[in-house]
Amino acid sequence: MGENMGNQPRHSGATAAADLVHDGCGRRLSDGEFDRYSRQMIVPGMGKEGQLRLINSRLLIIGAGGLGCPAGQYIAGAGVGTIGIVDSDVVETSNLHRQVGHATARIGMKKVDSLITHLRGLNPLPTYIPHPFHITSSNAADIISQYDLVMDCTDNPATRYLISDICVLLCKPLVSAASVQKSGQLIVLNCPPAPQGLVDGKYPPCYRCCFRKPPPAGSMISCGEAGIMGPVVGMMGVAQAGEAIKILASALHVPSQDSLERNLLQPTLLIYTYDLESAVGPYSFRALKMGGRKKNCFACGENSTLTLSGIKAGSPNYEQFCSVPTSSCKLPPEERITAAAYHEARERGEIPEHILIDTREKEHFSFGSIEGAVNVPFGKFLMRAAVLKRDGGSGSDILPTKPANVDAPIFVVCRRGLDSQEAVEKLKELGVDNGGRRKVIDIMGGMKAWKEEVDPTFPFI
Amino acid sequence: MTNSLEAPTIPITVDFSGGLEMLFDNQRRYAVSLPATDANGKPANISFLIDHLCRTLMKDPRADLFVLDRHIRPGILVLINDADWELEGEEAYEIQPRDNILFVSTLHGG
Repeated sequence: MGENMGNQPRHSGATAAADLVHDGCGRRLSDGEFDRYSRQMIVPGMGKEGQLRLINSRLLIIGAGGLGCPAGQYIAGAGVGTIGIVDSDVVETSNLHRQVGHATARIGMKKVDSLITHLRGLNPLPTYIPHPFHITSSNAADIISQYDLVMDCTDNPATRYLISDICVLLCKPLVSAASVQKSGQLIVLNCPPAPQGLVDGKYPPCYRCCFRKPPPAGSMISCGEAGIMGPVVGMMGVAQAGEAIKILASALHVPSQDSLERNLLQPTLLIYTYDLESAVGPYSFRALKMGGRKKNCFACGENSTLTLSGIKAGSPNYEQFCSVPTSSCKLPPEERITAAAYHEARERGEIPEHILIDTREKEHFSFGSIEGAVNVPFGKFLMRAAVLKRDGGSGSDILPTKPANVDAPIFVVCRRGLDSQEAVEKLKELGVDNGGRRKVIDIMGGMKAWKEEVDPTFPFI
Repeated sequence: MTNSLEAPTIPITVDFSGGLEMLFDNQRRYAVSLPATDANGKPANISFLIDHLCRTLMKDPRADLFVLDRHIRPGILVLINDADWELEGEEAYEIQPRDNILFVSTLHGG
């Protein structure tokens, strides 16, 4: 249990920050700092003391994407003294509409290096620490232990549960945000931090207290599939920075009975939604009241068995908990064809009459498709399949066209090759394969493979 | 026995967010007249509301994106007048006139 308590040796930087808080102000601001931070220091509640706390704080941003970029700008601008950034990706063109800390000239560069370049241009005073790799069960505690506060700017549930668990065990506050398509969410967790197992009285919740179980893997949509509006995710990232600055400047990140007593506030989940079809709204911010720490929480509750050494050894298994979909395919090889082989067979006239179903969303389809393809968006497809299953009726009603030859083969293509496999299975379930007389075939790797293997000019998004 | 036309109802609003509106004809807010009691004459609670929404409002047949084993599926928060339903008694909370019930799917992208 001892390793999980907040009384473990803190990193030297953090100790210095904590001492400073108690000393009042440990040092003078330099002229450069005085100039640079004057406009925020004169805000009531911030002052020189708050500014010095920021300067002596160490903050970790996990994810240098749509949340991490806008968050990083305000964190650096405000003068947080040490800023660590974790990300293993490189900058891509399709990131730039929202990931405003990168640049066209830095496409292909590691995101951590690109963002640090940008932040250093904005404010050269902080120390920037790149961590250019994925955060995993084996490295998370080593990285997070070097910081006072963590911002979760990641994009998948398995990493979110991992980060929260480590923050509970290391007594670090966590500012967590997420955003997809036209919605965003933000919540401050484990702040002020309280040791694992303390449940009497009012203690702050962790991620698991609020979101006990992840959604089923199939129900989640990513920014790549569903799209994402820049200002929506940007708004959440900026709000995240605001919360982090507030916590550090007020020393709420320092575990102490004093800060717990000072901050017995209602944990709040902020949600933001907006609508593209309407010029003046309805858009909405809603502040939702959440519960405090749960007695039976798997991570911070009273009988929790979660430990740092357990996590490092692979327990719990976060991937399994969130059942991250694997790319293993259940279809037999004769029901699959590569994009290149499909193209060649067509060119040679070997498959004259057939149906080609493209299951991408209509926005994706509108940018380009294989000649002759008919668009049946996957969501609509599943919906029709479910209706047919419920109400009965001919399975072939789901097909967009009715060729004269009822056994004309069907090919299914999607964006990256996963939905098409499921669509093939569903078509067979509905009996569209006419007991095996008609072939229903998955085009492997989707339009991404089509671009790579057949048509490099294809506008894949 | 009263017939359904005469049965008292409770006026409430129901909101869907975080992508759940997709299952309800892409409409984010509904004014609902909820029967005041369930089939057994018990006051309408959140369980009953969820069942009622599935039977009357859901346009999408993929009910498993909303309910699993007759409970709300993991990854969906239920807010009663902007407070987490865990603060109000969860499924057993008895619906009051003019309540606002929000169903929001948790997001993970970034």
